[in-house]
Amino acid sequence: MGDAEIWLVIGLTAVVTYLPRALGVALSGRIDPNGPVFQFVACIAYALLAGLIARMILFPVGPLQETALGNRLASAGLALAVFLMMRRSVMLGVLAGTAALIGLTVGGVQLF
Amino acid sequence: MPGLVLLASYVGFGSLVRQSGLDLPQGLASTATAWALPGQVAMVELSAVGASALSIAIAVALTNARLTPMVVTILPLFRDTGMPRRVTYAVAHFVAVTAWATALRQLPGMPPEERVGWFVGFALTLWVLSMTGTALGYFLAGAVPAPVTLGLVFLNPLYFMLILIVDLRQRARTLAMIMGAVLGPILHLVTPTYGLLLTGVLAGAMAYTTDRVLTRRESLRG
Repeated sequence: MGDAEIWLVIGLTAVVTYLPRALGVALSGRIDPNGPVFQFVACIAYALLAGLIARMILFPVGPLQETALGNRLASAGLALAVFLMMRRSVMLGVLAGTAALIGLTVGGVQLF
Repeated sequence: MPGLVLLASYVGFGSLVRQSGLDLPQGLASTATAWALPGQVAMVELSAVGASALSIAIAVALTNARLTPMVVTILPLFRDTGMPRRVTYAVAHFVAVTAWATALRQLPGMPPEERVGWFVGFALTLWVLSMTGTALGYFLAGAVPAPVTLGLVFLNPLYFMLILIVDLRQRARTLAMIMGAVLGPILHLVTPTYGLLLTGVLAGAMAYTTDRVLTRRESLRG
């Protein structure tokens, strides 16, 4: 992707990130945020994000390709376990998972 | 504490930006103008697999669609504050998950006239942290040993995974997350450029329909 196209994509991203916010202002007081339309939209957003996360862990496109699949899965599993044990602390979960991936890579461990 | 988590996640974004071949001004411009991390990461990741500008824009718009109900739920807290309508449109830009979640907890206990000032001040602080994180991540990715850079890039999927789990209280969303996590990798193998978009629409619609059917059955039984 060329430089000009990347700037175009960044600009488009900014627009499609502000539009849903402006739409919220326009609809405020006239629509139930727990109604079926928002429920449907939330399902699409959550599915897309979950799909992206799973894809980033299983089939990374960037430098994470150098890490073993087993190492990424084990690190993600550890992040989840620490998160659940430490009163749902996102910070500690993320730190544990990141440290695990770094540790496994430095140690030359390839789980699978 | 929410600021620290946000800073860490933007350090991850800054590293991802560098490792994906984007430069620092591009990373900073993205954080400055969009300021909603999931869409930003989707943008960088889809650019890396060579998706078209249009399909990236649609995928990012769908990812960010959750911002609309967030704005709708927070605006009643700014009623009676004397804020003009056009200012509301500017304030809406500062609605992102960390600022929003904290504001929903803090604003109700605050006198109406102090609310707008507090929210804008708080959001601007988070915004500065996000910009700092983006720059820090970008520089770190070039300066620290390679395994540490890999860890920094891995911050984002870990962060989103946990944030999504924190947010799971409704069955429809839980179903959407499970179906999306299954379909996402599969459809990526089928079509890397449109896989994410298809995942959102297909898994989202399936999850919504399943939830509706289950709700109807429950009400028939009950």
